[in-house]
Amino acid sequence: MLDLKGYGPELLDGAVVTIELAFLSLILALTLGLIGASSKLSGNRLAKAIATFYTTVVRGIPDLVMMLLFYYGGQVMVNMLSDFLWDAYEIDFFFQFDPFISGVVTIGLIFGAYMTETFRGAFLAVETGQIEAARAYGFTRWHTFRRIMFPQMLRHALPGIGNNWQVLLKTTALVSIIGLTDMVRVAEEAAKAERMPFHFFIPVAAVYLILTAGSELFIKWLNKRANVGVVQGG
Amino acid sequence: MADQAPLICRDIHKTFGKLEVLKGVSLETRKGDVVSLIGSSGSGKSTFLRCINLLETPTSGDIIVHGDPIRFTTNRKGERIPADNKQVEQIRSKLSMVFQSFNLWSHMTVLENIIEAPVNVLKVPKKEAIERAEAYLQKVGIYERKDYYPAQMSGGQQQRAAIARALAMEPEVMLFDEPTSALDPELVGEVLRVMQSLAEEGRTMIVVTHEMAFARDVSTQVLFLHQGVIEEQGSPQKVFDNPDSERMKQFLAPKF
Repeated sequence: MLDLKGYGPELLDGAVVTIELAFLSLILALTLGLIGASSKLSGNRLAKAIATFYTTVVRGIPDLVMMLLFYYGGQVMVNMLSDFLWDAYEIDFFFQFDPFISGVVTIGLIFGAYMTETFRGAFLAVETGQIEAARAYGFTRWHTFRRIMFPQMLRHALPGIGNNWQVLLKTTALVSIIGLTDMVRVAEEAAKAERMPFHFFIPVAAVYLILTAGSELFIKWLNKRANVGVVQGG
Repeated sequence: MADQAPLICRDIHKTFGKLEVLKGVSLETRKGDVVSLIGSSGSGKSTFLRCINLLETPTSGDIIVHGDPIRFTTNRKGERIPADNKQVEQIRSKLSMVFQSFNLWSHMTVLENIIEAPVNVLKVPKKEAIERAEAYLQKVGIYERKDYYPAQMSGGQQQRAAIARALAMEPEVMLFDEPTSALDPELVGEVLRVMQSLAEEGRTMIVVTHEMAFARDVSTQVLFLHQGVIEEQGSPQKVFDNPDSERMKQFLAPKF
């Protein structure tokens, strides 16, 4: 059996942190992606401009720089906001911008930009005839979106979402740099202390591989469900 | 109440940018009318049909569906838009449309396609909607395909399913936008036969078509459009056998 020199439980905790971080970031990224894509495709010029600014800036800055910016800059912003609220309205508002929150916000923001492009392409790939038929039958805009646009868009978006998710999962390793004790951080400390890099990093690599391979299967299954009615004979 | 005209269009104009596609087209239908809109490509016949259910907003002119005139307003850019989306949705549910490329929702089975609008737009109870859908599928002859997805059927079957979808709304007027133009020659007949049986039942239909035999034999009224105006209008006998307009004579002349 693999002897983790007593670091086993810590590594396991670290793995849980990694997974939590990845899932919360994914939810934020998907939300931002949907909002971003809708804004880019909307007729509203201001919304379009904001979304374009967002994707251009976020996709153009290295992940690590963004993360440092949010971790160090984020707390300064919270402090300023807190001071302002207290001085102006005597409202007591404060929270610690800890590494976990900065991690979720940063990764969510970064991948929200990629998801925006994924969703935008997917929305554009839906045949106009499908939407037109919905309009012609008196559907409300919301009903058209929920029953026709969204399910058909998903077919085109899922491969992209799957890709983004895998990259996102691996990007979580960056948070060890801003001091979050995720799996990578624990392994790094253990490897240094025990002078056994292979011993600790290979299991960590294996955990990432299991997570990514597992999600690939899940996405394949989702894809099959979303594409019902597309391939002859299913 | 006396029989109200299912659909009246008065002096419909439509401009895209600088291009005036419709230059004042009017149409009045009585219940049971089958109106064929014929003309060459670009004559504006499809645009006119799309104006009727507001897939395009007419630049000017009135549309009155069963005595209910559609209300318009102008937006900030000075474009004419429907004033009340609720009214538009309600009117569209009375004018069901059959498209050239079928436009069945590809992620739903045939039955799901047919009950979607009755259940969600007309608020028909689901059980009743399914019974209704099955009856119409029998009628168009594809009942046994009800659990197929559109991509698993031939074009003719898909178009018949689309007609069943339109029928399930029990509309005031059915709008057909070149329903057979995307079909193999061999499949055209099955769709035209279904349409003919609908005409015989007394359903009010407006059909944009290139099928001259259908226009001649089935319609009660034929409109020949040319460059955005009605060049010739009247009974099929009048339009086909005794046209006044030079353009119509040309249009009918044998091509070989």
